[in-house]
Amino acid sequence: MSTPVDAAVDLRAGEPAAAAPPSRRRRFSSGVREAGLAYVLLVPAFLVFSVFVFYPFLRNFYLGFFSTPPFPGQPKHYVGIDQYRDVLSSTDFLDSLKVTITFAIITVPIGIALGILLAVLAHQKLQGIGIYRTFFSSTVATSVAVASVIFGTLLSPQVGLLQGIQTEPSILQNPDPIININLPVIRSFIPSVALVAVAVTTIWQNLGLSFILMSAGLQAVPDDLQEAAEIDGAGPWSRFWHVTLPLLSPTIFFAFVVGSIFAFQTFGQIDLLTPRGGPLKTTNVLTYYIYDQLQFAKNDGVAAVLAIALFGVTLILTLIQFRFLERRVSYER
Amino acid sequence: MFSDRSWPVRLGGRGPREGGPILTADRTGRASEESVGRVAIRGVTKRFADVTAVDDLTLEVADEEFLVLLGPSGCGKSTALRMIAGLEEPTAGSIEIGERPVNDVEAKDRDVAMVFQSYALYPHMTVRRNIEFPLKSRRVPADERNRLVEEATKMLGLEALLERKPAQLSGGQRQRVALARAIVRRPQAFLMDEPLSNLDAKLRVQTRAELIELRRRLGATIVYVTHDQVEAMTMGDRIAVLDQGVLQQVDVPQDVYARPANLFVARFIGNPPMNTVDGEMVSSNGTTGVQIRGGVIPLPPPLATAAGRGDRREVVLGVRPEHLVLGSEGPISATVSVVESLGHEQHVICRLEDGQLVIVRQPSSVTPPAIESAVRMTADAPHLHLFDSATEERVDA
Repeated sequence: MSTPVDAAVDLRAGEPAAAAPPSRRRRFSSGVREAGLAYVLLVPAFLVFSVFVFYPFLRNFYLGFFSTPPFPGQPKHYVGIDQYRDVLSSTDFLDSLKVTITFAIITVPIGIALGILLAVLAHQKLQGIGIYRTFFSSTVATSVAVASVIFGTLLSPQVGLLQGIQTEPSILQNPDPIININLPVIRSFIPSVALVAVAVTTIWQNLGLSFILMSAGLQAVPDDLQEAAEIDGAGPWSRFWHVTLPLLSPTIFFAFVVGSIFAFQTFGQIDLLTPRGGPLKTTNVLTYYIYDQLQFAKNDGVAAVLAIALFGVTLILTLIQFRFLERRVSYER
Repeated sequence: MFSDRSWPVRLGGRGPREGGPILTADRTGRASEESVGRVAIRGVTKRFADVTAVDDLTLEVADEEFLVLLGPSGCGKSTALRMIAGLEEPTAGSIEIGERPVNDVEAKDRDVAMVFQSYALYPHMTVRRNIEFPLKSRRVPADERNRLVEEATKMLGLEALLERKPAQLSGGQRQRVALARAIVRRPQAFLMDEPLSNLDAKLRVQTRAELIELRRRLGATIVYVTHDQVEAMTMGDRIAVLDQGVLQQVDVPQDVYARPANLFVARFIGNPPMNTVDGEMVSSNGTTGVQIRGGVIPLPPPLATAAGRGDRREVVLGVRPEHLVLGSEGPISATVSVVESLGHEQHVICRLEDGQLVIVRQPSSVTPPAIESAVRMTADAPHLHLFDSATEERVDA
């Protein structure tokens, strides 16, 4: 073992370079220079985001502090956080939030479950299966407008193909809850017939994307794992439950998070199928409520508050999903 | 690596290839007297579209036998194994496991275990859950399950790894988990599809030895697929050589090496491979020999008699590199082309007069001849192999 003194001797002995002219030392270490370059390369993206995201967001937040006058031309006046408090505690907002959450609860899980079902069905080596895959994914190529027109026609009380199952008023105008349950808390989340109709349209339209995502996830599950499970004595259901589903869980989680965000931002089919928030405002989702405040009530202060609320709700929901769902996801391969 | 604990799969355990019924018993006390692990394949053919992967294969694997299916890639050996497992359906023919025809039995009900080349461990499950999965699938009660898992785990030295996931294991450890998952439920037969080919060379040799030991302890029927002739020679009780879906030869390893049934087997088994030289049958002064460029090689009497039947002229003469001796005398003349020294032995590659290459294997203690020097060589007569040029079959089969 060398003592510190030995080490010092060693150092001196191993330092003939001290006599040589000192080389120019680099001013920064390579790590710092790399980080510097990274920041430089980030600048363009940052500028774009600043102009189109960060600034409007902050500006919108600021706008929420001002009450919009009842008549155009009058000056706005600053009311501060009061407007946030008033709007966020209003019945209209809470009703709209319930409608939005209900809509997401209907569309997201059913959309994913149907996507998995179709993907599993189409994940076979059969002749002509490509035709089915094309059918199943085709709704990706339809726009919201087209989907809404198709379903609007189907559900039309005059010419709709589904008018046989239909009572007065028309499905899209029916504000009655789809089932009658007399439990106060649950009752307020029971969707109206009209909301269910819009949700069905949405599920149909998103099914193609859900199918494609789940199919891609299934492709990544190695065949020999299925075969191993089969030889290990697992039946089809057990194989699906114990092998396919866990290995699909990253895809499902992704679809769940993204699907929820999409659901919270749904606007087109709501506006086209059930204008003005639907019968008794039962399809008045948050995005539509914002639009309504801006377009018809001309109240941009309230709309700004609602927009911030939508952002907050989406953020919290996503954080909750990561916190509670991601632990059930297995990323191992 | 393996514990010394015996594996009580079968009472009255015995060595492989002994006749007679055996008493079998599992831990639940069920005992039966039957040839449990027998696997019989009868006239099995598998066609994929216009490709015939396995062509009229008939093969019987005795109880407790270790049969190796050997062949180059694409020869149909894995397809044959997958048909036994129930993962592929035969186009024609029948398969029996035990005394039971299994053509219409699903893979999950065939009572065989398989070790995959990729190991096919469930990535989201811990080692423990991987190993107990076959038991859970068969609804084995929890306490029984725990004991079986513990036994299999001990046997393969996996105790410390039970709570890990496959991604946290090395290749060799994963391989052992795959083995543990196969042995835990004591199936009628084990099917192994190139289980060592994903290991590096050193680990492969070690694991091979472990598998041989494990097999001895299990006393189980094993059908083992490999393209590696060393694995086949060292592990198998018998080797079945396949080429292009057709069974070429089934024999004990020594016979496959010493008496290859045809040219394919002769060239496939052995490293360096057997030298095969085209020649013509000649007869003079009562001795029969094979005329090749560079000399006449006299045939020993039994081979000469067998070769003399019919009016055969074109033949292929085979001789293994270790059965050729270089010297200043001998019936064959050649030129030294390359000398490869492997440390324990050397390979002298010589060119015959017509350009065919012949490998001579000799101990490294012998001084190698100079490159480009002219040499003569003698073939060890009892170890000559003669094949018909047209049929490629062994002449004295």
